[in-house]
Amino acid sequence: MSSQPVLDVQKLKTYFYLEQELVAKAVDDVSFSVYPGETVAIVGESGSGKSITALSIMQLINKPGRIVEGSIHVKDKNLLNLKPKQMTAIRGNHIGMIFQEPMTALNPVFTIGNQITEMIRKHKKVSKQIAQLKAIELLRIVGIPRPEQIIKEYPHQLSGGMRQRVMIAMAISCEPELIIADEPTTALDVTIQAQILDLLLEMQQRYNMALLLITHDLGVVYEYTDKVIVMYGGQIVEQAPTKQLLSLTKHPYTKGLLSSLPKMDEDVERLGTIQGTVPAAYNFPVGCRFSTRCPFVMEKCKQTNPELLQNDTDHFVRCHLYEEGGESQ
Amino acid sequence: MTMLTKQQEALDEKRSIDEDVLVEVRNVKKYFSIKGGILQKTVGQLKAVDDVSFTIRKGETLGIVGESGSGKSTLGRVLIRLLDSTAGQIIFNQTDITNLRQRQIRPIREDMQMVFQDPFASLNSKMSIEQLIEEPLLVQGKLAKAARKEKVLEVLEKVGLRKDDLQKYPHEFSGGQRQRISIARALVLNPKFVICDEPVSALDVSIQAQVLNLMKDLQGDLGLTYLFIAHDLSVVKHISDRVAVMYLGRFAEIAPKKQLYEKALHPYTQALLSSIPTIDLNVGNAKKEKIKLEGDLPSPANPPSGCTFRTRCPKAHDRCAVDRPELLEIEKDHFVACHLYSEG
Repeated sequence: MSSQPVLDVQKLKTYFYLEQELVAKAVDDVSFSVYPGETVAIVGESGSGKSITALSIMQLINKPGRIVEGSIHVKDKNLLNLKPKQMTAIRGNHIGMIFQEPMTALNPVFTIGNQITEMIRKHKKVSKQIAQLKAIELLRIVGIPRPEQIIKEYPHQLSGGMRQRVMIAMAISCEPELIIADEPTTALDVTIQAQILDLLLEMQQRYNMALLLITHDLGVVYEYTDKVIVMYGGQIVEQAPTKQLLSLTKHPYTKGLLSSLPKMDEDVERLGTIQGTVPAAYNFPVGCRFSTRCPFVMEKCKQTNPELLQNDTDHFVRCHLYEEGGESQ
Repeated sequence: MTMLTKQQEALDEKRSIDEDVLVEVRNVKKYFSIKGGILQKTVGQLKAVDDVSFTIRKGETLGIVGESGSGKSTLGRVLIRLLDSTAGQIIFNQTDITNLRQRQIRPIREDMQMVFQDPFASLNSKMSIEQLIEEPLLVQGKLAKAARKEKVLEVLEKVGLRKDDLQKYPHEFSGGQRQRISIARALVLNPKFVICDEPVSALDVSIQAQVLNLMKDLQGDLGLTYLFIAHDLSVVKHISDRVAVMYLGRFAEIAPKKQLYEKALHPYTQALLSSIPTIDLNVGNAKKEKIKLEGDLPSPANPPSGCTFRTRCPKAHDRCAVDRPELLEIEKDHFVACHLYSEG
């Protein structure tokens, strides 16, 4: 691992200003970095802020949302200081993004070829013919059969898995240093999911990219990633190398998530559960945001929100249970 | 005389089996016509369910897994007669319901209810929770107002909602709670049989676990029989007693849960099981060799000849393109439709 991260997010806060002066703190003081060639997962349930974190990095936050504080460095540039035009150059050239539902991410009225060549010509000064050849080449790389014909087809003519391959082709078209994939396989069947995740990893190795994978599936995390960030209530609650996080789990929320998964290799009569539901982002409890659902809640938890502290080598946890001997990040 | 008693015995035996069976499906098919051209002529047939037979015993949970387009949801809808079958027979609680008219089926529907996938789309947003849960009782028209209210409260408590939730509307609830409301609606008529079509796939894992636990508890308390349709193999494994694997409208394999997950015979089931990403922290375990399937599910409007799985099957041979494999009992209660296991 080289010393300079591809992506370095520091103290990021993205708030949404709602009606009646409510403020939804969707992302609230999030810091992490991703190194070249590394695969990092952000996991969490709906409302945890994982997707808003990704969209903040891409600067795709719309009103009433706003990045309030923090910095997002890609290489040496702080994206938050860039003009919209400069940011457009960053997207695609340095960061590629893959969304959950390729049908909504692709434009239904343009052919596949049209959309890929547009992407290439936006970022590189090449002729239409060369862009077209490049598009065919890219489709072949992502494993699409008959690419010469497929570029003439429209998104609705392809299956979900094929569309996601097209999205990957577009994301890698300018060989970015970082790919952000937001739930790339959630809409796909399990056999197709395996194909797409394998392809993503293959592309990552081929171009030595870093991959930020946003997912809710801990099985995917285990099989495909190096490092995990667990988010809850807009904050990181636990962060560690994947195997360590899943075997030496510390935070009660992560433990709850793991115990609520139905297991393939053992039979349990009842699944573990986390009581209650995720609190709304405009109405977090005072103190620890997990305190309303935590089985180990103490008086202290209801008053102060714990810091994210280093508890073990590379293992960070935000919980009062682990505060002794912890070091600040 | 002896012959007569023998016949009588055979009949008795058959009846005792029958009494244990709640649902019996015999060679059910559901074809949709594909229309085309200016005159909207039928130009083809989409065989969503193609010759499926199985039984469900009282108190049992049968899980049905398959990818999108496998026909699993259509099968559920045909069973409850939301769709009419093209051929075959559906016997529910010893009554043949295949050809009953809608008016005749209504009293039987009290015993068979359905829980749908999307708790946002399946609840009328303009009705309060009380109205939503009471609605099936109104349609049934047997109970007076006071009795209905009592029944609604009883069910509400069973699914873990509070009395003050009654006057609220669906938008005030989270996905998990809405699914509890859907379950309450299904249970208010005291059904024997509940078809659950992807009931937890729209929910987060921690909420999914709550709903799965609730469904298991209710089954124990009320003696329910479930048909549980889902794409998630780990969820199906958790809740089911037996599991059927569907591919392009047909059963590829059906077996008791333990056998299916430990000794899957059909190459499709083996591939499905091996493609699920799982957490395996046992240091001793070697990394599992994954079986990768190539390509997509073929269109059900134009399925491959012979065995429909052959285009993606790593073990396909010549015979698979010609003959359609029958679903055969290879071990006790373990049926598989694959030429690898058929003789000759």
